[in-house]
Amino acid sequence: MKFVAVTACPTGIAHTYMAAESLEQAARAGGDTIEVETQGSAGSAPLDPAVIADADAVIFAVDVAVRGRERFEGKPVVEVGVKQAINGAAALFEQAKAAVAAGPPKTGAPVPTSRVGASDRTGAKVRQWLMTGVSYLIPFVAAGGLLIALSFALGGYEIVDAPKVTDQFDALSVRGWAALMFQIGSAAFGFLVPVLAGFTAFAIADRPAIAPGFVGGAIAVTVGAGFLGGLVAGLLAGGVVSALTRVRVPRSVAGIMPVVVYPLLGSVVVGVLMYVVVGKPIAAATTGLTNWLNGLSGTSALLLGALLGLMMAFDMGGPVNKAAYAFAVGGLTTGTGTSLQIMAAVMAAGMVPPLALALASTVRKALFTDVERENGRAAWLLGASFITEGAIPSAAADPLRVIPSIMLGSATTGALSMVFGVTLRAPHGGIFVLPLIGKPLLFVVALVIGTVISAVAVIVLKHLKAGAPRGAEPVVSTSAASA
Amino acid sequence: MDAELITTELVDLDLAERDRRAAVRSLAQRLVDAGRVTDLELFLADVEKREARMATGLEGGIGIPHCRSAAVTAPTLAFGRSTGGVDFGADDGPATLIFLIAAPEGGGAEHMTILAALARRLVRAEFKQTLTAATDPALVAAYVRQEVAP
Repeated sequence: MKFVAVTACPTGIAHTYMAAESLEQAARAGGDTIEVETQGSAGSAPLDPAVIADADAVIFAVDVAVRGRERFEGKPVVEVGVKQAINGAAALFEQAKAAVAAGPPKTGAPVPTSRVGASDRTGAKVRQWLMTGVSYLIPFVAAGGLLIALSFALGGYEIVDAPKVTDQFDALSVRGWAALMFQIGSAAFGFLVPVLAGFTAFAIADRPAIAPGFVGGAIAVTVGAGFLGGLVAGLLAGGVVSALTRVRVPRSVAGIMPVVVYPLLGSVVVGVLMYVVVGKPIAAATTGLTNWLNGLSGTSALLLGALLGLMMAFDMGGPVNKAAYAFAVGGLTTGTGTSLQIMAAVMAAGMVPPLALALASTVRKALFTDVERENGRAAWLLGASFITEGAIPSAAADPLRVIPSIMLGSATTGALSMVFGVTLRAPHGGIFVLPLIGKPLLFVVALVIGTVISAVAVIVLKHLKAGAPRGAEPVVSTSAASA
Repeated sequence: MDAELITTELVDLDLAERDRRAAVRSLAQRLVDAGRVTDLELFLADVEKREARMATGLEGGIGIPHCRSAAVTAPTLAFGRSTGGVDFGADDGPATLIFLIAAPEGGGAEHMTILAALARRLVRAEFKQTLTAATDPALVAAYVRQEVAP
């Protein structure tokens, strides 16, 4: 069988490599193959994604966290301490084979690791970088957004104009607390762009890039370049620092490079670029986009809803999805009626893709593989929670048919939600924030219609392709999706 | 590499100390004498810190006390062989082959590859047998250097 492994220990000097060697020896002795990624101090060459995809199971022999663990999602895993790999590698292979026999892990959400619509490795890499940034962004959105939603619920929308709690805080009034919640939430929101930039940079060039990334992100906020500026700052910071690390330096100063020199020079370069060169054009583009979208909300709510829906479904949690989402969340703090409608449309549209695939794989089992049906079951909950990423496993397997279908449904839902005038005060939560939704019934109607449209579209397209279905059972000819 | 991983002076084929700390100190003193460690006490404290996280004894009579330390000037190995054995916390008893691995703090990846190569040798039966049977420190040092050569 084919295996991949990651070895890592606290100091990264000895056990990491001893474990790797033991695993390789045991693989040879047992007639298996293994490729080991040693995450130690001698640098680690990441495993080729193709090799990971090809492996039957994964062995983690680690005493510290595995870096890039999401690359192995969906594979049977055996996880032990490094010493066990050194002392008993052969037994580990037995365990790994048992794990293969038991099948892939059934629990847990599918994680966005698949490359969607990007077969080239550069595209996949950029996506991975951006997704790392986005994944660190989510907790800030969750904490800040829910606090802001709570403050609206307690104090009404005019809470945004409340005086600073440092100047005036009345612990006995609900309004005082609402203002406090709002201002804490706003503080969390203030981190969105810097965190995005900082951790995108981190994904590219590791710890030395964090400072340049955060600094670049903060400047993006200052110059008004927003989310887009944060993405650019993160990529710039990562690129600059990884270029700096290629410069060979005398050994005597090598130690201080990652702690002092790379962060310093990286921040200078990124800061200059963001302030002087790229910041303003991006700010102009962001303002243009925001004005355009806001203008649409005046003239044609339907068009805006449809557009946001398309963006939400296009890459299912990727940069385009998050751009639309950031636009909606950015409006939340203003508390105007339109911005709350936009938030509702974005959330509804973002729930459609996983729900549609769950529905399609439930009503037409024969058109889907076992794994896709498995994903489909998980997608019910993910969709209901507004985790658009839940659609990725199915979309990755068949992007050309799935992505257009879900875009169609999401656009419909987004448009309907806007037309219906549904509002939402919370930035996230899916059906679990139904109490915070204005016109909840119409929200559900918009959601169901889009979901059914997408599900039907997927089924039709898969039919056209398949002619004969992939599954064993014959296709039942009538009764399309009935929700 | 301007400093060899191991030299004759860094090999002790008859390590007398039976206590773990004493054995490490004795090997570490050789590192100091060879100019590889600038501050004995700091280095020992760093080794101890690493040992406290997880004992470094391995099955088959091997102990690999090690650390990254600001007191270390270049990646270096000091090797000790103990007839009586020194307990490094392995499940199957005391260690007879003791590898004290010293890594500089914040060293670049390229300087660490030699230690990676060394670590890989430690789990090869042939490597252990050769060291167990060796009689001449100079030959031991030469053998190890040749094994880890890129």
